[in-house]
Amino acid sequence: MTGRKHLLGLEELTAKDIESILDTARSFKEVLERPIPKVPTLRGKTVANLFFEPSTRTRISFELAEKRLSADTVSFSASGSSVSKGESLKDTARNIEAMQIDMIVIRHQASGAPHFLARSLNCSVINAGDGMHEHPTQGLLDIFTIREYKKRVEGLRVVIVGDIAHSRVARSNIWGLSKLGAKVVVCGPWTLMPLEVERLGVEVTSSIEDALKGADVVNVLRIQLERQEGSLFPTLREYARCFGITRERLSVAKDDVLVMHPGPMNRGVEIAQDVADGPFSVILEQVSNGVAVRMAVLYLLSGLEAGDKLE
Amino acid sequence: MEKAQIMDAKAMDRAVARIAHEIVERNQGTEGIVLIGIRKRGVALAQRIQRKLKEFEGADVPLGILDITLYRDDLQQTGATPVIRSTEIPSDITGKVVVLVDDVLFTGRTVRAALDQIIDFGRPTAIQLAVLVDRGHRELPVRADFVGKNLPTSKREVVAVNVEEEDGFDGVSIGEVAQG
Repeated sequence: MTGRKHLLGLEELTAKDIESILDTARSFKEVLERPIPKVPTLRGKTVANLFFEPSTRTRISFELAEKRLSADTVSFSASGSSVSKGESLKDTARNIEAMQIDMIVIRHQASGAPHFLARSLNCSVINAGDGMHEHPTQGLLDIFTIREYKKRVEGLRVVIVGDIAHSRVARSNIWGLSKLGAKVVVCGPWTLMPLEVERLGVEVTSSIEDALKGADVVNVLRIQLERQEGSLFPTLREYARCFGITRERLSVAKDDVLVMHPGPMNRGVEIAQDVADGPFSVILEQVSNGVAVRMAVLYLLSGLEAGDKLE
Repeated sequence: MEKAQIMDAKAMDRAVARIAHEIVERNQGTEGIVLIGIRKRGVALAQRIQRKLKEFEGADVPLGILDITLYRDDLQQTGATPVIRSTEIPSDITGKVVVLVDDVLFTGRTVRAALDQIIDFGRPTAIQLAVLVDRGHRELPVRADFVGKNLPTSKREVVAVNVEEEDGFDGVSIGEVAQG
């Protein structure tokens, strides 16, 4: 990560960058287990969390990571702000930067919004999810969790199930995991597959049974009810019947398969109740690891003075 | 550029032995003592003190490892983010006497960072400081309780402590900062 100023996506990182973040995150996980889980590392730095889209987990996770590093934080959500009065993204950000902010964490419904800010501003920009593009810290915490349990990533068969087309989590996972040498399989209805999905270097199938055969990890995506609008599949019931991850379906996967989900879950739709809470599930572990991974990202990006152009 | 050899392996061993004796004397035994080495070379020295205490007193003194990276106050000045290694503190240090071990005492900033970190782990009865070399030039009001060798230096000089465990040989040398 040396020399990087922003974290915009996993597509632009090298395998070495990703590994350095994961190694650093392991140290921060140890910090989180201390009697006082807080270090003074980012004392004097100010981080602004700009959430233009609703989020619970990612936002709390980032805020906690910032506080555990002793940074000062300000948070902003689109509703109730000047954005609702028609202020542009660039003006909002420039105003915030004029208040001497060192880093911006941004979630935005438009793909590419963090890239736009990174070009317009001097401070570091961290992408906390942009439209249908990437969600790099989620991808990193997924990979971190896999590496913790499996001790490696290379050679693993990782199946991503669900709405691949609308999922920024899927994209970050695909890029990150492939770079570290995993075999990524994506599975879902064809209507939820991005065009030319094969070009991402993954195996594609719409047969859940084929996908799960010999799987080391199953990453179950949320069916994004709010993004469906049109009729990309007939009914939730039919989706659950064709692609829902059940105990029975998991029987063809490896004995020590990991079941992951970025949350929030639609229980009984993409994932069965007893799988979500079952012995293979590491879903809550993912949430805990999220704080350590975000601390690592903030730490690694903070080594540069604001104003340095080193990207 | 190396100017002079200050200590060889034998002299280092003697200094470590003397520090171990002084620790026992000052604390009237080894009861309640926890050694904590500051990465990297302080850890090797702490392990040696631990072995001496076993040899002299038959005591098994617990040993911890401290990485002070996250507590540094110069992160923004270094320009690069240093690699963090793990910190391992054995059990609870509240009510214990912590003996902090490092190779060189210079500005005192490393010790300050270490003190901050130790206090985040618990509330020891006392914290004592053992260093192999005290080279002066303090920027903070810090002094060592146990010193292997006092070594007056100029700021342009560098002191290199080498230990078998990290560098393949034991020795302390003094050199000139390369001008460039």
